[in-house]
Amino acid sequence: MPEIANTETSVGSSNDRSTDVPDFSNWTCPLPLAGYPTIVMGHGGGGKLGNELVEHLFLPAFRNAALENLGDAAVLNLPSGRLAMSTDSFVVQPLFFPGGSIGELAVNGTVNDLAVSGAVPRYLSASFILEEGFPLAQLAAIVEAMAAAATTAGVRIVTGDTKVVERGHGDGCYINTAGIGTLREGIQVGPNRAKPGDAILVSGTIGDHGMAIMSVREGLEFESQIRSDCAALNGMIGDVLDAAGMAVHAMRDPTRGGLASTLNEIAQASGVGIAIDEARLPVRTEVQSACELLGLDPVYVANEGKAVFFVAPEAAEQVLAVLKAHPLGCDAAVIGQVTAEHKGMLVARTAMGSNRVIAQQIGEQLPRIC
Amino acid sequence: MKYLTEFRNGEIAQRMAREIHAIATRPWKIMEVCGGQTHSIIKNGIDQMLPAGIEMIHGPGCPVCVTPLELIDKALAIAAQPGVIFCSFGDMLRVPGTDADLFQIKGAGGDVRVVYSPLDAVEIAAKNPGRQVVFFGVGFETTAPANAMSVHIAKRRGLKNFSVLMSHVLVPPAIAAILESPGNQVQAFLLAGHVNSVMGYWEYPPIAEKYRIPLVVTGFEPLDLLDGIRRAVIQLEAGRYEVENAYERIVTYDGNQPAQKMLAEVFEVTDRAWRGIGVIPKSGWRLSEGYREFDAAERFHITGIHTEESPLCRAGDVLRGAIKPAECGAFGKECTPRHPLGATMVSSEGACAAYFNYGRFLSAEDLATAGSGLTHA
Repeated sequence: MPEIANTETSVGSSNDRSTDVPDFSNWTCPLPLAGYPTIVMGHGGGGKLGNELVEHLFLPAFRNAALENLGDAAVLNLPSGRLAMSTDSFVVQPLFFPGGSIGELAVNGTVNDLAVSGAVPRYLSASFILEEGFPLAQLAAIVEAMAAAATTAGVRIVTGDTKVVERGHGDGCYINTAGIGTLREGIQVGPNRAKPGDAILVSGTIGDHGMAIMSVREGLEFESQIRSDCAALNGMIGDVLDAAGMAVHAMRDPTRGGLASTLNEIAQASGVGIAIDEARLPVRTEVQSACELLGLDPVYVANEGKAVFFVAPEAAEQVLAVLKAHPLGCDAAVIGQVTAEHKGMLVARTAMGSNRVIAQQIGEQLPRIC
Repeated sequence: MKYLTEFRNGEIAQRMAREIHAIATRPWKIMEVCGGQTHSIIKNGIDQMLPAGIEMIHGPGCPVCVTPLELIDKALAIAAQPGVIFCSFGDMLRVPGTDADLFQIKGAGGDVRVVYSPLDAVEIAAKNPGRQVVFFGVGFETTAPANAMSVHIAKRRGLKNFSVLMSHVLVPPAIAAILESPGNQVQAFLLAGHVNSVMGYWEYPPIAEKYRIPLVVTGFEPLDLLDGIRRAVIQLEAGRYEVENAYERIVTYDGNQPAQKMLAEVFEVTDRAWRGIGVIPKSGWRLSEGYREFDAAERFHITGIHTEESPLCRAGDVLRGAIKPAECGAFGKECTPRHPLGATMVSSEGACAAYFNYGRFLSAEDLATAGSGLTHA
């Protein structure tokens, strides 16, 4: 991987191009955290220091009845019916980036995985693996971001854990979240349910998150700032399912590996071909420019606030209208359709009128020499 | 995007393709020199738009592909040394050496870092005075000025812990070598526009004259490529052999003079081995006497390297334009981007990777009908 910006330079410096990266230079701890401005091994030791973190940081931020019991497990009341469960770990660097932080990612990532499975996200767990020496100010900012994201998404963080690893054995802060949601009635979605004829829609511009991360990680300075699209999609997806119900056959949030990986996975899982029209892919000019500069293809770049929908053709117009009416879906577009030909493959019609296969990526995209 | 989107207009592309159809009366074989051009041709299906008789032959201009295996093994050996920070452009990381690639060295604890400019490697050296920082300086004339500048700056700043493992190669001797190889079929060249943005095209008229071959300075976008092909075909049909500039928005006859001055100071011409092709006389640059102390190959004295190429890999034939990637018996079978046997399957500019990634293992009919289900709103 490229040289990783250390947290001091990526967070502490208040440069004007990263206006939403917090400035911790004048931060003082509002809480009596035993005088430690940074994480020490004792914070993960199960003693007084660890309790202080819970009482003064996690509890006030995430406060809810299930969490306040501080038992070994949260006890939850759930309606009867089917449940969905998902988990994800977050190791992003830098921890703070234009448009969000690891905190929002950790909440929205799991919320979105539940939502695209057709579930209403309800409860999350949050586990932190912190590196000795990690500034408490940054942890506080991350926790606040998680609390705000949970409120926006309408989920509660009901249980958690903190471990501390020795300096050099972690990357500042890793977060794992797991989530439980209740499956909606009257829908059947899955990556194996796409059918020939289905229209394929994407809820907005692609590649924003990956290029936002790259723009701060690599120290590349673009004229205009690219912001991560990190967002909870459960509200927008709920609107789509309310309107189209059974007409929605498959949904995915195209995160790592980008749109290309998601479409290839669905083509393979459903045993169908997928044809998209490159000219219809929504891509921000600044994202396209940054990709050109680095020799990357936006179809492979990560998103954190976009969903792809496979819907029956007669419902395409309606779903597009619902998406466009939602603040997170204003750039939504129909980008292609499912076909019975070239099963398991993603084929794009180029602007030149020719067709090309968009293959599954092997590893991460590597910037070209020239 | 200015200077890009207007050169990707599908309608104009179709018009230019029709014009080429109207001009061409005979079959012609045209080589695009640069891997970036190969990538664009295959990605955009430019070759599918041409008359059946006009064949694009893919040239050796992929710096990752032609870097000798021995140098890659040297890089791996240096990168594995404790205390070394090994800096490289991204697409060198997956290139297989005899036993490993840089990703594996990194996984085993080597400090391998991707940089976007060799000047970043100089900064890393300045910040880590206790460690040796090595930059893997490969490429054609395009990347050479920045690499030269890095050495120049390191010398001026007195950095004793910075060095470059270098394999710079040059386009004009490679073109001459292809034209002199027995069985050569190339009848015209699209020159690598970004090389010419640095070097200009003053070096090329003697080649056009000596080999009586049209040379067209060409860009990388679909309309650039179609214009380059169109101009090459016009020359071929008329029996002319001139150097022509179809990339005027970037390239001038003289090129970037300050860059050339820097290159002349830091580098000297040397014989160079090209992976899959062999040694081409006077086809590369090495550090000149005054900068030799920054040569990583001398600083690290790596010996005992025994390279072994896969016997199945025909990358050399692909790089010379003798075969198309899909004509290699291992293509898509033993050799895929996941398990590459040769560098042409690794680099995104490599012809084999371009063919594989854009589905050229499918028949032409498959591809032609692949998107037929699309309805246009």
